[in-house]
Amino acid sequence: MSDVEDTGPPLGRRTDLSGFLFGCGVAASVIDLFVFHLALQWHHFYDLSTTRVALTADGFFHAFGWFITVWGLFLLADVRRRTQVVWTRWAGAVVTGVGFFQLVDGVVSHKLLGIHQIRYGVDLLPYDMTWIGSAVLLLVVGLLVRRRAAPARASS
Amino acid sequence: MCWSAGVVCAGAGLVGPVATAAHTSFTAHMTAHLLLGMLAPLLLVLGAPVTLALRALPVTWGKRLTRLLRTAPVRAATHPVVAGLMNAGGLWVLYTTSVYPLMHSSVLVHALVHAHVLVWGYVLTASLVGVDPDPHRSPVLIRSGVLVVVVAAHSILSRWLYAHPPTGVSTADGRSGAQLMYYGGDVVDVVLMVRLLHGWYTSGRQRTTPRPLPAPAAPHRPGTVRGDP
Repeated sequence: MSDVEDTGPPLGRRTDLSGFLFGCGVAASVIDLFVFHLALQWHHFYDLSTTRVALTADGFFHAFGWFITVWGLFLLADVRRRTQVVWTRWAGAVVTGVGFFQLVDGVVSHKLLGIHQIRYGVDLLPYDMTWIGSAVLLLVVGLLVRRRAAPARASS
Repeated sequence: MCWSAGVVCAGAGLVGPVATAAHTSFTAHMTAHLLLGMLAPLLLVLGAPVTLALRALPVTWGKRLTRLLRTAPVRAATHPVVAGLMNAGGLWVLYTTSVYPLMHSSVLVHALVHAHVLVWGYVLTASLVGVDPDPHRSPVLIRSGVLVVVVAAHSILSRWLYAHPPTGVSTADGRSGAQLMYYGGDVVDVVLMVRLLHGWYTSGRQRTTPRPLPAPAAPHRPGTVRGDP
C-alpha cells in the first residue's frame, strides 16, 4: 500500500518514536525485571520504605513500561508495512531510549523519589555512578548512531 | 474453544482445590482471583459469546438481545472508564476495608465478591479488546489510557498489600499473594495490551494514505501522563 512519498519525515519520525518507546519500555520492564530482579536479585519487589506518592509513580511507571514496549513494536510493524525500515536509525533510537530511561530511573526514581536503590547493604556511590554514567553513554551513543543513519533530518 | 477454556478457568477459581485452599490461604485466594477476574474474562471475551448468541438465537430473541445491549444503562456500564472504575475500585474496596474478612464469614458476601470480580472483569475486557461487534467502541486512546490506569492501580494495590496484608492474613502469606497478584497480573495485562494495539494496527491497514500520526503526543488522559515522573 505504501507510496514513494510515504518514506518522508513522518515515517522517519515514527521510526524514531518506535525505537525510543521500545528502548524505554525494554529498559523499564524487561531489563529491570529479568536482570535486576530475577538474575542479580539486587532489586526487591518492594523495600517497604517508599512513600505513597513514589509508590503511585512507580505503579504508573510499571504500567507504562509494558505498554510502550508493545506500542513501540506495533509502531515498528506499522512503519515496516508502509516502507522499508532504516534499521540503524531504529537501533539508534532504541539505544537512546534505553539510555534515557536508565538516566531518568537512576536520577528520579533512585535518588529524588527514593523508590528503591540499586542494591542494598553496599556503598551505593560506585553503583550510582556506574548506573548514571552508563545511561549517559548509551544516550549519547544512541543519538550519534541515529544521527548518522538519518543525516537529512535538518533538511526535512 | 476459548469460551470453554474461560468457563474452566472460572470454575477452577470457584470450586475445587484452589477455591478450597483460598479459604485459608491468601496466596490461593489470589490464584483464584487471577483465574476468575483476569484469565477467565479474557478467554470468555475471545470466545465472542454475543456473536454466538446472535447466530444461535431465533431472530426475535436476537433482536431483543441487541436492543438490550443498546440501552443506555448497558452502554454506560460497558464504557471502559466505568468498567475500569468498577474493576479497580472493587479490588481496592475488597482489600483495604473489612470486606475481605467479611467475605470469609458470610456466604452471601463471598458469592457477591466473586460475581463482581467475574462480571466486571468480563465487562472491562470486552470494552477494551472485545471481539464481538460493538458499535460504541471507545477510541483507542481512551481504551489505552484506561488500560494503563487499571494496570497501574493493580500494581500499586499489590505493592500496598505486600506491606499491609488484609486482616487475618500472615505476613509471609500476604507477601507471596501480593507478588503473585503483581506478576500474574502482568502476564494477562501484556496480552491485553497486545490485543488492544493489534486492533489499532489492523484498523490502520485499510487506509490508503498514511494516518496523521496519532502517536507522538502521549495519551492525554491526565492520570497516565502524570504517572511518568
